[in-house]
Amino acid sequence: MKRAVFKNRRLPYLLVLPQLAVTLAFFFWPAFESLRLSFFRTSPFGDKRLFIGLDNFRKLVVDPDYYRSILNSFVFASGVTALALGTGLFVAALATQKVRGLAMYRAAVLWPYGIAPPVAGIIFLFIFHPSYGVLPYWLSFVTAYEFNWLLKGWVAMALVVVATAWTHVGYNIAFFLAGLLAIPASVLEAASVDGAGPVRRFRSIVFPLLSPITFYLLVVNMIFAFFGAFGVIHAVTQGGPGRATEIMVFKAYKDGFIGLNLGSSAAQSVVLMVVVIVLTALQFRFVEKRVTY
Amino acid sequence: MAADGAVAASARVEALGGAATTRRRWSLGWGAFVVHALLLLSVAVIAFPLYYAFVISTQTLQEVITRPPILRPSTNLLPNYVEAWTRSHMTRLLWNSGVVAVVSAVGKVTISMLSAFAIVYFNFRGKSLAFWLIFVTLMLPVEVRIMATYEVIGNLGWLDSYAGLTVPLMASATATFLFRQFYRTVPNELVEAAQLDGVGPLRFLWAFLLPLSWANIAALFVVLFIYGWNQYLWPLMITNTEAMRVVVIGLEDLIPRTGTHIPEWNVLMAAAMMALLPPVAVIVVMQRWFVKGLIETEK
Repeated sequence: MKRAVFKNRRLPYLLVLPQLAVTLAFFFWPAFESLRLSFFRTSPFGDKRLFIGLDNFRKLVVDPDYYRSILNSFVFASGVTALALGTGLFVAALATQKVRGLAMYRAAVLWPYGIAPPVAGIIFLFIFHPSYGVLPYWLSFVTAYEFNWLLKGWVAMALVVVATAWTHVGYNIAFFLAGLLAIPASVLEAASVDGAGPVRRFRSIVFPLLSPITFYLLVVNMIFAFFGAFGVIHAVTQGGPGRATEIMVFKAYKDGFIGLNLGSSAAQSVVLMVVVIVLTALQFRFVEKRVTY
Repeated sequence: MAADGAVAASARVEALGGAATTRRRWSLGWGAFVVHALLLLSVAVIAFPLYYAFVISTQTLQEVITRPPILRPSTNLLPNYVEAWTRSHMTRLLWNSGVVAVVSAVGKVTISMLSAFAIVYFNFRGKSLAFWLIFVTLMLPVEVRIMATYEVIGNLGWLDSYAGLTVPLMASATATFLFRQFYRTVPNELVEAAQLDGVGPLRFLWAFLLPLSWANIAALFVVLFIYGWNQYLWPLMITNTEAMRVVVIGLEDLIPRTGTHIPEWNVLMAAAMMALLPPVAVIVVMQRWFVKGLIETEK
């Protein structure tokens, strides 16, 4: 621990004040306000409030649409995570072969991270376009099935999953490559001297050593898909067709901002807070138990 | 949070080019050929959507709706981009996005640098409380407290303002952690020597710590710039006027919804290219800082 050296009575408070002010105003106040609102029924214009206890939560528990949004969230988050993490691991596995030009490959896959998910969604909206898009066109050679996301919920889900995962692949690859480079080359060389082929080297040495990073990325990708991906849904599918892509964050927004049901929206926010706290706790557990290599 | 292992790892990422040459032995033979082929294939798959969007942005409406789809650039680039620029008031959109990205990044770096300095270099009553209050903000992304934060902004009269767009984005602990971590690696001898010379705390921060932190600041700035530029839910909620829109949201008006619009996907794609170019260019140009920032903030 560093010795705290400067002595001044007021200065430290002045220094932490800006951050504390922003944190209290835009973090604690809204969080408690959400919690408080979730126990009230509020009139659409916000002028009258009626305390109703746990009624907002009770209504959620019996609302089939809410279960649908939970299911959608998990399908969406698992899809994004599986795709973005799987691709990342695939590229990382190739990279363990230590070919030349790794830095160039990394540069070539990193940039989609700069694309906002809604913008990615718009690009994929055209790729999936039932009449003009290139993907339905290619698929029409393989099958007569109509890949129209406006009519088929799962196609719409696939569309938003792929678009979201696309923006996040480079992030995962950057972390995997950092992890790979931390594995001593001598270990891999020793294994190859012992006759372990590339697949075996990956399975028995690299993958176990990467597992802390993989777990960390798993949680980060889940959080990203649960919360950061609101924009894709809003810009592209608006939760539809039907409620096929209505994830929890989108429903909380829609019920509160469009449906003006502030109480229910606040209750949904509280549930989301619990979800993200659990996920973050998992992440910290990992940080604590990080394997040192 | 910046974990030591990750910092070490990022150092090795930077050494990437050099490390590859010492392992040349493995890059010979057909195995390397297969690996290169698969890597190139992955790059091609990842790059395809952007390439396709660019191609569409250069085509005429007739070419866009042709079947089979045309996968090479055409000649209509300029008219499409001009149309996209004027129709969506692109000057204003890009300006607003730029302001949000730069101001929120600079603000976050500044307040984090100050609070981390206070926490590392001073003892004061309530220090652990302050630390704890900042620490828990790691827990809740802005999306979770949508409605209530909106109310707060409304009460402050910050709807449709740059303050409302930028200040709430500054409430995050990641940057504070990064600076705290960094200050703790600065040897005590430095501050002791400075004190012997009669250097006060603010001057120490300005003249000693700041020059040492440039690498961290650059890395953070790149990550935060992209975060700010790509904000969506927040600006969507608190801005109602055309004049305060950011580019990611402005694009939506151009989406040809089926049946009601002329399918001007070429104009939309031209606008999308404009929206994505600044952050992508920042990543490409400042790649080293970006990777460092990503891995050290871990968020």
